[in-house]
Amino acid sequence: MATNQSEAWISVEDIKANFTEAHPALKQKDAVDEANRCLYCYDAPCITACPTDIDIPAFIKKIASGNMKGSAVTIMDANPSGASCARVCPTEELCEGACVLNHASTPIMIGDLQRYATDWAIKNEQVLFKKGEDTKQHIAIVGSGPAGLSAARELARFGHRVTIYEASAEAGGLNTYGIVSFRLPKEIPAWEVKQVKDLGVEIKTNTIVGKDISAAELTEQYHAVIIAAGMGKVPTLGIDGEELEGVRDAIEFVKMTKSGKWEENLSGKKVAVIGAGNTAVDAATCSVRLGAENVKMVYRRTEKEMTAYAFEYEFAKQDGIEFKWLSAPAKIEGNSSGEVTGLLVNKMKLEAAGEDGRQKVKAIEGATETLDVDLVIKAIGQERLNPLIEAFEVTHSDGVIQIDETTYATSKTGVYAIGDIIFGKGQGEAMVVSAAQQGKKAAWAIHSELTENAVHSA
Amino acid sequence: MANLETSLAGIRSPNPFWLASAPPTNSGYQVQRAFEAGWGGAVWKTLGDPILNVSSRFAATSFNGQAVAGFNNIELITDRPLEVNLREIEETKIKYPNHAIIASLMVEPNQEKWHEIVKMVEAVGVDGLELNFGCPHGMAERGMGAASGQVPELVKQQTAWVKEVAQTPVIVKLTPNITDITFTAKAAVEGGADAVSMINTINSLAGVDLDSWNTVPNVAGKGAHGGYCGPAVKPIALNMVAECARRPDINVPISGMGGVSSWKEAAEFMLMGASNVQVCTAAMHHGFRIVEDMIDGLNNYLDEKQIGSVAELVGKTVPKYSDWGELDLNYRVVAQIDTETCINCNKCHIACEDTSHQCIDMLKDEQGNDFLQVREDDCVGCNLCSIVCPVDGAIEMVEAPRKTGEEPMTWNERQSLVSMMGVK
Repeated sequence: MATNQSEAWISVEDIKANFTEAHPALKQKDAVDEANRCLYCYDAPCITACPTDIDIPAFIKKIASGNMKGSAVTIMDANPSGASCARVCPTEELCEGACVLNHASTPIMIGDLQRYATDWAIKNEQVLFKKGEDTKQHIAIVGSGPAGLSAARELARFGHRVTIYEASAEAGGLNTYGIVSFRLPKEIPAWEVKQVKDLGVEIKTNTIVGKDISAAELTEQYHAVIIAAGMGKVPTLGIDGEELEGVRDAIEFVKMTKSGKWEENLSGKKVAVIGAGNTAVDAATCSVRLGAENVKMVYRRTEKEMTAYAFEYEFAKQDGIEFKWLSAPAKIEGNSSGEVTGLLVNKMKLEAAGEDGRQKVKAIEGATETLDVDLVIKAIGQERLNPLIEAFEVTHSDGVIQIDETTYATSKTGVYAIGDIIFGKGQGEAMVVSAAQQGKKAAWAIHSELTENAVHSA
Repeated sequence: MANLETSLAGIRSPNPFWLASAPPTNSGYQVQRAFEAGWGGAVWKTLGDPILNVSSRFAATSFNGQAVAGFNNIELITDRPLEVNLREIEETKIKYPNHAIIASLMVEPNQEKWHEIVKMVEAVGVDGLELNFGCPHGMAERGMGAASGQVPELVKQQTAWVKEVAQTPVIVKLTPNITDITFTAKAAVEGGADAVSMINTINSLAGVDLDSWNTVPNVAGKGAHGGYCGPAVKPIALNMVAECARRPDINVPISGMGGVSSWKEAAEFMLMGASNVQVCTAAMHHGFRIVEDMIDGLNNYLDEKQIGSVAELVGKTVPKYSDWGELDLNYRVVAQIDTETCINCNKCHIACEDTSHQCIDMLKDEQGNDFLQVREDDCVGCNLCSIVCPVDGAIEMVEAPRKTGEEPMTWNERQSLVSMMGVK
C-alpha cells in the first residue's frame, strides 16, 4: 500500500489502489484443498454459530465436488447478504470460532470459501432464485440495507409484491456506504441488490420516508410495512470547536470514500479519529489510505474496552495507526479561517468497575494535551432515528424499536422492524449477518400472517 | 542399522526396493539414475517383438483433491529396438554390478521364441528373468500378457519352456484379472518357476470427461481399457500376495507389488510373505528420490523393532491370515470414545446411525457440553466409527469381555459340533 507517511503527495492512482480489496481471494487450488480439509461434520457447530444457519459443511462439500452453483445457492438461500458476509462477518467469533478443527489443527477458512463460492456466482452471472407466484399482497420496506434486502428477497420468493424506500442514491445501506471498500467493494452488495431486484422487487432510491412519503401513507397503502432504516449520523460531541470545517462525521466520511470520486486527498494531513469502534477503525484506515501523514485514534478508555473486533484492531495497527488511550476530547481548536489546528484532550484514569463490569474512567484534573491535527473525525456511535420511529407510532426505548423477537412485529399491527433500528438496550445484534437473519424471519412472519388472513377471508 | 539386503530366489540386491517393469525402467539412462538414487534393483521394461505405442497413455484418479490415488495406463511393452535395450542392460550391469537387473520378457506362446529371447538377455548379464503374463491391455489382444496369464496351462507350459534354457532365476509375474490367483501361481510353480511376482495391473477405465464425454484417457476420441495400479490397488495386491504365501504348494518366494508407496506398504507386503517389493506408480508420481525415505523409514522401523535384517520380516503375518471359517465367533471388540480427545465432529454418530448399528449417542453433560458415547452392549465392533474418526486416539476399539460361558469357537468348529450332534 502506498501511504504518505514519508512523501508529500499521494496520487489518485495510489489512492484507488489503496481502496481495492485488501484480503486476497482464494485461488482455485487453495479453495479446493481447503474444502477437502473440511470434515463435513454432522450437526456441525459452524451451522449453529452462523446467525443465518448456512449449511456450511454442505456448501463446502459442493466446492470440493465442483458443484459451484449449488454451493452459491446453499449460501445465498440462507443469507441474502452471503457475498458481503463472506467479507465482513467476524468469522472467528462465529463459524470459524466454532469449527471443531480448532481442537485438532486449524479451523477451516469458512469466510474465504464462502467468498470463493459467491464470487463464482457473481462472475458467472448466475440466477440463483425465482420469484413466487403473485399473491397480490404488497409490502413496503423502509431501507435497503442487509435487513431490508433480506426481507424483500424472502417476500418476493413467496410471491408478494415488495417496494423498498431508500433515502440514499443507491441501495444496499451499510454494505454499500458504511463498510470500507478495501474490505467490501461496492460491487458485492450491488450484486446482492440486483439479485433481489431480479425477483421483481422495486427499490425507490432518493426517497425519504417522512418527507417524500409519510409513514401513514405506507401503513395505509400496504398490507405490511417493515422498518429497516438503520441508524442516523454520528452524534455531536458537545465540545467547543465542533462546527469547524475540519470536523467530520465518520459515517459520511466512509460514504465519501465509497463514492469512488477521491476528491478528498489527505496528503500531509494529521488526523484524529474519536472513538474506538469498528467505524472508528474504518475512518482511521481510510484516512491512511487517502494519504494522511499521521492518523491517531483517540479514545477515553483503553484497548481493553474498545468495541472494534480484534481483527479490525489488528488491521488498524498494520496500517500504522497511532492510539491515544485514556484521552477524552475536550476542545477542538481552530484558526481564524475556521480550520482545525488541534485537538485538546483530557487525560483519564481507570477506576473501579461499575455495575456493568466495565471499569469507569475519570478525568485527571489539569492533565491535558493538545494534539496537532488538521482533521477530526467523530466515530462515537450513531444517532437513533426517533422522528421516523415516532411517525410510525411504534413503541420504542430511546430510539430502539421494541419488537417480538420471533416475528419482529412492533407494537403496531402490520408494522415490523429489523436491523440496526432494533439494535440496542440488550436487543438484537449489530452484525450484517444478524440483520439478514432478522429480514428472513420478519418475512416468514409476514408471509404466515398474510397467508392466514387470506385463508380466513376466503 | 539393520541389514536391508535381500535375496529373491538367489537374486541379491542391496535393499528390497526394485523398480517394476514399467516406464521408469525404459532405458539405461533411467535405470542408472534410479540406482544412483538408491533403488536396489530394476526390472527392465518388458522386452519382446517390436510394438507401436499410442499417444495419450496414462490417466489417474484423484480422491478428495489427492492426485494419483490410482493410476491407469494403456502403454505397451518397450517400443525401443531389442539390441538397444540389450546394449544398455549390459552397460548398466557393468556400471552397477551390485544392483539387480531383471529382464522382463513377453513373447508369443512359442517354445522357440522363448528360448531365443532368454538366451539373448542372459548373454548380456541379467540377474534374472521376469515373465510378463500380466499386461491386461493391448498385448493381451494378441494372445500375450494377461491373455496367456489367465490360462494356468499356458502359464505352466511357457514357464517350463523358459526353464529349459534359463541359467538365471525365473520369476513369473501374475495377472490379478483372474478369479483366484493361486491357480496361476500354482501353475507357475509346476512349470518350474523360481519365484512369482504380483500383481500386474487390473483392468480399468480411469474416467469419462464430463464435457466431451470422451473416455479418460482417449486416443483421438476413442478409448480402450488399461491397467490400474497405484495406492488404490494395494489391498487387492496384498491379499493376493497373502493368499499365495499361505499356500504350502506355492512354495517359491514372492516379489510383491501393487500400491507400494512408502516403506510402510513395503513392510506390510513383506510381513504378508513377499521377499521384496516392486514399485512403479510412486516413482512416476514423485521421481526416483522417493526411495531414500523408503530405505530410511524401513531401516528406522527395523531398528525400533530391534530386528537385525529385513529378511526376518518376511511372512511373519502369514500364519495370522486364514479363512473366515477359522475366526472366533465369540470374540468381541467395542468402540470407546475418549471425550478428551474427541472434537465432536459427530461423524462417528452419523456413520453408525445411518449405516451401522445405531449405538453412538449424542449427549450433553451437566454443563451442557456435547459429548458422544457408545452403548457398548449394542456395539458389534464393526470399526466403522474409528475408521471415519478424523482424530487419532479419539476412538479406540477395545476387547470386550466374552459373554458368560462363551469360549472361543470358530464357524468351522461350530459346524462340526452341529453335525456331530446331528449324528447323535
